Amino acid sequence: MQPFTVHRGLVAPLDRVNVDTDQIIPKQFLKRIERTGFGQFLFYDWRYRPDGTPDPDFVLNQPRYQGASILLTRANFGSGSSREHAPWALLDYGFRAIIAPSFADIFKNNCYKNGILPVELDAAIVDHLFQEVWNHEGYELTVDLPEQVVIEPNGTRHRFEVNEFRKYCLLNGLDDIGWTLQFEDLIAAYEAERDALPT
Amino acid sequence: MSDRPKTMFEKIWERHVVREAPGEATILYIDVHLVHEVTSPQAFEGLRLAGRRVRRPDKTFATMDHNVPTTDRSLPILDAIALKQMETLVRNCREFGIPVFDLNSPDQGIVHVIGPELGITQPGRTIVCGDSHTSTHGAFGALAFGIGTSEVEHVLATQCLLQLKPKTFEIRVEGERPKGVTAKDIILAIIGTIGTAGGTGYVIEYAGSAIRALSMEERMTICNMSIEAGARAGMIAPDETTYAFLEGRRYAPKGKDWEKALEIWQSLPTDPGAKFDRYLELDASQLEPMVTWGTNPGQVVGVTGVVPDPSEMPTEDERKAAERALEYMGLEPGTPITDIPVDRVFLGSCTNSRLADLRAAARIVAGKKVHPRVRAMVVPGSQHVKKAAEAEGLDKIFKEAGFEWREPGCSMCLGMNEDILQPGERCASTSNRNFEGRQGRGGRTHLVSPEMAAAAAIAGHFVDIRDWL
Repeated sequence: MQPFTVHRGLVAPLDRVNVDTDQIIPKQFLKRIERTGFGQFLFYDWRYRPDGTPDPDFVLNQPRYQGASILLTRANFGSGSSREHAPWALLDYGFRAIIAPSFADIFKNNCYKNGILPVELDAAIVDHLFQEVWNHEGYELTVDLPEQVVIEPNGTRHRFEVNEFRKYCLLNGLDDIGWTLQFEDLIAAYEAERDALPT
Repeated sequence: MSDRPKTMFEKIWERHVVREAPGEATILYIDVHLVHEVTSPQAFEGLRLAGRRVRRPDKTFATMDHNVPTTDRSLPILDAIALKQMETLVRNCREFGIPVFDLNSPDQGIVHVIGPELGITQPGRTIVCGDSHTSTHGAFGALAFGIGTSEVEHVLATQCLLQLKPKTFEIRVEGERPKGVTAKDIILAIIGTIGTAGGTGYVIEYAGSAIRALSMEERMTICNMSIEAGARAGMIAPDETTYAFLEGRRYAPKGKDWEKALEIWQSLPTDPGAKFDRYLELDASQLEPMVTWGTNPGQVVGVTGVVPDPSEMPTEDERKAAERALEYMGLEPGTPITDIPVDRVFLGSCTNSRLADLRAAARIVAGKKVHPRVRAMVVPGSQHVKKAAEAEGLDKIFKEAGFEWREPGCSMCLGMNEDILQPGERCASTSNRNFEGRQGRGGRTHLVSPEMAAAAAIAGHFVDIRDWL
């Protein structure tokens, strides 16, 4: 996993609440057995009209948001299906951080496993950032994980919370299977007791 | 401290801690890992690339359900990419020594139907699967939740997960539920009350007299949709209903082991006086059959109600979401729910495809005919469900009424195979998600109970099932 430390990038505003993972990556693209190449299918039914041409009204198709690497969105982003194809698609498209008032649990977890930082900020601050993005073409934010702040171009800082262990994993791009396997003796000891039980 | 009253969740959590240290995620032991074709290929590939093995193939079970065709199994599979995914699962399971219930297996079915059916799902166990509806298994008093593919790989390699401890939420449903009000209506009412993010960060324990009165099938329907309220897991304390369901099943403990297991299971329920982080109580006697009108399961109303007016929504976000949902759904505010016509009916999914669900629907359709405009299908949850239903003649009842009787799989719940809605088609569905495009791009899904879906198939529009009983 690629580490996440400090990231500065163009912000794309997706002004919808409860965006579910079926919207992030529709099911017809889950048949692939690779981890890569999902970016072209991101938000497919919103990005493309039924005839396959890009829908110019969808935010990611607007010229001013080309090259965006920070997604600004509304509450409960990533609800529904556990498909990790959703963060794979976001990452492959180029997003490194997502800012929202809240995230669905499984999706949030999947982001951390892929080097994407989900940043939770108060709904009022998110509202303010939406206004700023809409009002200023080329609007960029800095997401600083070591300091746990989102920094506006004028220097205004917004603090966010992140679990200490998750932060450590992201900063170091940790292979968490390797991390768990260093306690292999504890797992084996646990199993010795557990396997003796009838259920 | 050890005498402090504990919730069932806390007891199961504590019994599975392998390592706990300040500033670290807990290493939690996983008793059962269920695997399917769609969320596992990248995990197996990860193992191969890192030269790792599957730690406990004996605690891992695989089946194929998400993208399997539900047509005649003797016919070739036409979708080459889906076929490759199914073949990949079989190849991976052979390579790593994992038992797999493939398309030819008499045990094949939706992963959340076959786990309980085979007795793999047991009280007190930690159960995970790369599928959000793993919460289903909590109906047995297990701690069961969905995980992503990276975590699937983690469990395959270590039989453990790194977990942050969730909070606990007790939802009590008290009183007697009226005739025609099903488990599906209870859970839809709960989601309508707390919203699709209301359970985020929590494990829900469902309790109260109306929950205790439920069969195992009904409890599975409730726990299944916990994730639609944002909760990764839902659970119900095991009791005589649970034990009666499990006894004699293939993987259930036998003889002396059964007695010992019972002793363990009886120690699981939440202690009197144990504290939850949050509480909610619902009166079952006030519930009515529910129908979703929007594009998430929280956008739901009683069958005697009308399509709501977005301008009356409490927040700006909800107003905008409702406006967008009504546009997508092609509905006008104020339309009585029973005036909404349907084109398709889907009876199936890990929420409502078990024998009890099919029996309930068959009672409604027996001797009647599907409305001429409607295409209706039944997709049993597993080969065992299908066989049992056929043994009691349910297939004949459905077929004579004009339903299609199909092979087991997830089918039109998520439309990964060819079972999809056409743009603009409106479907009464017993599944769990009414998201935009979930059942096919432009398709319009209304979530209902099996009884309500069956009645809509006959009438060609939603009806209050209580008028038919």
